[in-house]
Amino acid sequence: MRRNARSTVLTTLIASGALALTACGGGSSFDEEPTGDATSGGDSGDPGAPLTVLIGSSGDAETDAVTAAVAAWSEESGVEARAQAASDLNQELAQGFAAGNPPDIFYTSTDLIAGYVAAGSLYPYGDQLTNVDDVYPALIDTFTIDDQLYCAPTNFSTLALVINTDSWAAAGLTDADIPTDWESLAAAAQALTTDQQVGLSFGPEYQRIGAFMAEAGGAIIGEDGTTAVVDSPENLEALTFVKEMLANDTLKYPSEIGAGWGGEAFGSGGAAMTVEGNWINGALQNDFPDISYEVVEMPEGSAGKGTMLYTNCWGIAQDSQNKEGAVSLVEHLTSKDVQVALLEAYGVMPSVQSARDDFFEVYPEQGAFLEGGEYGVGLPTVQGANDVIADFNGQLEGLETTDPQTILSSVQTNMQALLDSQG
Amino acid sequence: MSNGSSAPARTSPVRSQRKPSRGSGIRGHEAAAGWLFISPMIVILGLFLVIPILMAAWVSVSDWSGRGSPLASTVGFVGAEHYGELTLGGGLATQDFGTALRNNAWYVLLVVPTQTVLSLFLATLVNRQVLKGRGFFRTAFFFPSVTSSVAITVLFLFLFSASGAVNAALARLSINGPNWFSDSRGVVHILLGAVGVDQAPGFLTANGFMALSWWQWLSGPSVAMSVFIIMAIFTTSGTFMLLFIAALQAVSGEVEEAALVDGCSGWQRFWFVTLPMVRPTIFTVFTLGLIGCWQVFDQIYTGTQGGPAKTTLTPAYLSYQASFESAQWGRGAAVAFILFGIIVVMTVIQRLVLRERDTVPKRKRFVFSERSGESGTRPGAQL
Repeated sequence: MRRNARSTVLTTLIASGALALTACGGGSSFDEEPTGDATSGGDSGDPGAPLTVLIGSSGDAETDAVTAAVAAWSEESGVEARAQAASDLNQELAQGFAAGNPPDIFYTSTDLIAGYVAAGSLYPYGDQLTNVDDVYPALIDTFTIDDQLYCAPTNFSTLALVINTDSWAAAGLTDADIPTDWESLAAAAQALTTDQQVGLSFGPEYQRIGAFMAEAGGAIIGEDGTTAVVDSPENLEALTFVKEMLANDTLKYPSEIGAGWGGEAFGSGGAAMTVEGNWINGALQNDFPDISYEVVEMPEGSAGKGTMLYTNCWGIAQDSQNKEGAVSLVEHLTSKDVQVALLEAYGVMPSVQSARDDFFEVYPEQGAFLEGGEYGVGLPTVQGANDVIADFNGQLEGLETTDPQTILSSVQTNMQALLDSQG
Repeated sequence: MSNGSSAPARTSPVRSQRKPSRGSGIRGHEAAAGWLFISPMIVILGLFLVIPILMAAWVSVSDWSGRGSPLASTVGFVGAEHYGELTLGGGLATQDFGTALRNNAWYVLLVVPTQTVLSLFLATLVNRQVLKGRGFFRTAFFFPSVTSSVAITVLFLFLFSASGAVNAALARLSINGPNWFSDSRGVVHILLGAVGVDQAPGFLTANGFMALSWWQWLSGPSVAMSVFIIMAIFTTSGTFMLLFIAALQAVSGEVEEAALVDGCSGWQRFWFVTLPMVRPTIFTVFTLGLIGCWQVFDQIYTGTQGGPAKTTLTPAYLSYQASFESAQWGRGAAVAFILFGIIVVMTVIQRLVLRERDTVPKRKRFVFSERSGESGTRPGAQL
């Protein structure tokens, strides 16, 4: 009996404890607040709720530049605004969304935007932007989902061929040898390969090899957006070309020469050429300041020019307390003047075409990257596509010993299954 | 965990005898005071353990998208959909989960027995009275355990890099070391390849389990995973050595002496006297090892993020990746719960295998006397 009494006490205690705890939670986040009245935006009378901007920064230069731009807007508009660099952007955003108090403005990557849109986390403000016509069309397409532009592109990056000019001269190559097609690329890599140095090096991932696929005319998802076109003769051609270069050791993955990525392989002198984006400039300046290099456009494949295009956008949270202010701040951040300031600070390529000349002025030798904006292809934005790409990358690591057709077939199956599941 | 659950069972008879005297007179308020004292712990455990676990269980059967509370009315119940996707779907999710299970199973298979044997061996070594500088060796062996796993992982990344110290040492021996952290070949496949088996037999590739062919299941840990296996053994054997030292010191000198008087050799003394006496500790070490190994995460997160070619992907890391990188919260939670199930089942199985039966000691004594009577040369055969 006494035991019974005790267990009753225990049950009551646990139950009341649990109730109390859930009640606590209910007060703050368990109600429907996120989908509620926050849509009305800031009050028209006062300047509005303070804004938080969360960025995934590449370094101090980027953080400082964005902070300065945000501070300038804050002073002008009277709205308190603050920029912060996240140490793990995706994770911090995930926590913010779950708790119902995400940052107002944040970098949104192409692989996560579909998930955010599906969850209703993003506030689509594309129709409120005034400078949309000035932005590169490829970037607008990337962030347009179901015919709605969700967010304004921050800036963009493309891939180009980076050449070590000292090695180039040492191998007896001249400007006339600069690769313009796959054949001359293979020849140059052959000539540059020595005992100490491999001709070409880039990471075993779709994010690099995709450029070759694009040059051959291949893609991952068809024009209609509902069929996977991974298993195509074009993609096979690209993978076969890369495999051939791997087989005759004129191309090596960075990990094989003790480097973490293409830039490190290139900077450390392990490779004479690499395929990387414009972020390589900062990395080389910081880590390998003595290296002299030249950037040229990716060589043409059988279907012409092709490269990969990377971009982020300024996402605005649906749960933001001051969406009006947030849109105004994004307008400011994507304006030509601020983008020129950012490009001067850390070398990113402005998303607006009108800043094109400014870029050439500041970085005349980086033109190859900017040219890529005209023909580059972005990463697929379908939700779950990054899992398929990650699997693709895993298989590309073993490309040297695997039949390219096997890889393409399995990725085709996965991608089609993903597209089918989207309905 | 399981040790704790067996303790109340043993003490309960004692408690029930004492019960009548309880709850009356001056001791009447003891129960209330007891609850008062443990209530902070209950609240903390409830808040940070029980409630999150219950919420995760709900997330694993819901379509929560990561926005707002998982308990909001907009979140729907999807039943076992995520579990089905992971185990029976046959798609990429199943394949990833199967790969993660394969990697981790090999990891457990190689790490747990090795670390147990090694830590017992080390403990026996440093427990000897005659060993000079015992304190130094104990500290040295224990040191990796108190070092942060992130720091050790980074150290290993350097040691085992393509041009790192390990490969430099191997080069001195004219061995061309592999590129450890980017080599996705399975160790078993490499060994089979060395004896000329390059192609899998048809029956192994034709069939499979969880979207992975049997040939893939049998690949063994990749070279990259092998480094993590070596690292886990290196870091954990010191911790478990400490447990074994404690157990060995509890073995009284008289027992050892009696065995000596009976004419046991050093080896026999270890097998038939010391080992049975540290058996509960072996059980503890095995259980802790099993749980720890199935939850391996920080090394992967710091080191390889699942690469090369997903051969260091583990369920714990997959759960993180699905949730935080792909925003598939339901799937991530489902992975965690399947992992929980695996750990529980494994622990129960191991408990059954290693349990102490009341009849065993008698039979063993009988076997031992008979064996040692007929021949002293194969004392280890029984175990």
